[in-house]
Amino acid sequence: MQIIETGNVAAALGVKLARAQVIAAYPITPQTPLTEKLSEFIESGEMQAEYVPVESEHSALAVCIAASSAGARSFTATSANGLLYMHEQIHWAAGARLPLVMCVVNRGVGAPWTIWNDHQDSISQRDTGWIQIYANDHQQIIDSVIKAFALAEEVMIPVMVCYDGYILSHTHMPFDVPEERLVDEFLPPYLPPYSLDPADPANLNTVTMPDVRPDVRGDTAPGYMEIRYLLHKDMLEAIPAFERVEERFRSVFGRGSNPYIEPYRCEDADYIAVALGSLSYHLRDVVDTLRNEGVRAGVMSVHLYRPFPDELIARALSGCSGVVVFEKALSYGYQGALCSDIKSALYRHTGEPGGRPFVVNYILGLGGREITTPDLLDAMRSSCSPDGGSGDETRWIGLRFS
Amino acid sequence: MKQRDYRKKISLSETGPGDAGKTGSWRILRPVIDPQVCIPGRRNAPACYICWLYCPDGVISRTVPPGIDYQYCKGCGICAEECPTKAITMVEESSLLKE
Repeated sequence: MQIIETGNVAAALGVKLARAQVIAAYPITPQTPLTEKLSEFIESGEMQAEYVPVESEHSALAVCIAASSAGARSFTATSANGLLYMHEQIHWAAGARLPLVMCVVNRGVGAPWTIWNDHQDSISQRDTGWIQIYANDHQQIIDSVIKAFALAEEVMIPVMVCYDGYILSHTHMPFDVPEERLVDEFLPPYLPPYSLDPADPANLNTVTMPDVRPDVRGDTAPGYMEIRYLLHKDMLEAIPAFERVEERFRSVFGRGSNPYIEPYRCEDADYIAVALGSLSYHLRDVVDTLRNEGVRAGVMSVHLYRPFPDELIARALSGCSGVVVFEKALSYGYQGALCSDIKSALYRHTGEPGGRPFVVNYILGLGGREITTPDLLDAMRSSCSPDGGSGDETRWIGLRFS
Repeated sequence: MKQRDYRKKISLSETGPGDAGKTGSWRILRPVIDPQVCIPGRRNAPACYICWLYCPDGVISRTVPPGIDYQYCKGCGICAEECPTKAITMVEESSLLKE
């Protein structure tokens, strides 16, 4: 059914259709309408789930960890400082291998206090062992939430579905709400491989020795390092697993595409802009203008950021002369995290240095600073030339010092 | 995912002795009970058992006199602290090694 609604409602409908059993969340702008909608669904009886109100984001994720350990399909959502307040539990959920799904409605991080959109919140959680998916529009939000549960439960790794605060969370757009019957076919009830059982008590994730140890049965139990190695290995295996989830989604719902990247006019492009989230759609306008001026430009968004599909991304970019990475976040003291990752992918998977495209990095839109089409056009015009990649320092768009 | 495979990816302890390994190797001080001072030892009858009650690792037996399982005793010293007759002395493991 096609409806016109906000991105937050799209996410809430996805969670409802996925039949999440436990939801614990603490309201924070711009995530609030998502969790309000879920609590409405539960209060009205439209959705059979426990909504656990909590006093903080740390507790919200702790409740989800406990519920998931007991075998329930669990969901939470947050933004910005709320996400950072969860940080310790974010690592915990990944190390405990619990298939949680969390929506991160992207917002800048204080100080100074900001409520507007950028990507610093979720980018700063890049190394926690969670899968990260970035959605570009409302359809991708609802579809990604449903796919996220399927992926998380297949690989037993938690998933963040990230989407831009306000630009997507609070704007109305038409999208298709999948039929309940088909979602049930795509996503059967969660059957945990292990869950807490009062008849057979166990202690989960207590202090774990540096070395392996014999357990009570005399079998070798993994040490901390084995558990962490397997998380990394299974993260890498989540790359092909996501393709399988996407294929199943396509066969059930009749839509779907490349689950990793979304290229636009990239086939013959000399210069490719790369971005996460809705900014990549904004850049399509810029690409169209450049094409009219005779510049062969394209834009590619990265959907799956962790695990990083490096080989596929390097292959998608290796044929062009220059890559222009636009980021609403950065690793302070170096450059944008996505830019570093793309450089690393190109270094690993393309040939001689002379054969690699140059990579330039623009930082923009921090704390909601307006991103204008003319600004993007200027940036692309100055980068889309053979010497457009000279200088390695990050370039900032929209700074105004008097 | 099968339960067998999943259990290799997480840290899961079941009830039973020694799921954290032979934790007695952590000990630097060993609790030693003097049966002449210990109440059940002196009376030659079940009594007191404050040490058994307080031991956080359950390595002290309710016997006459009480026994300590040094394979798992971490040497925390709570038994020596709580013993009403001061029958338990914490002895340096290094001094016992020299003997």
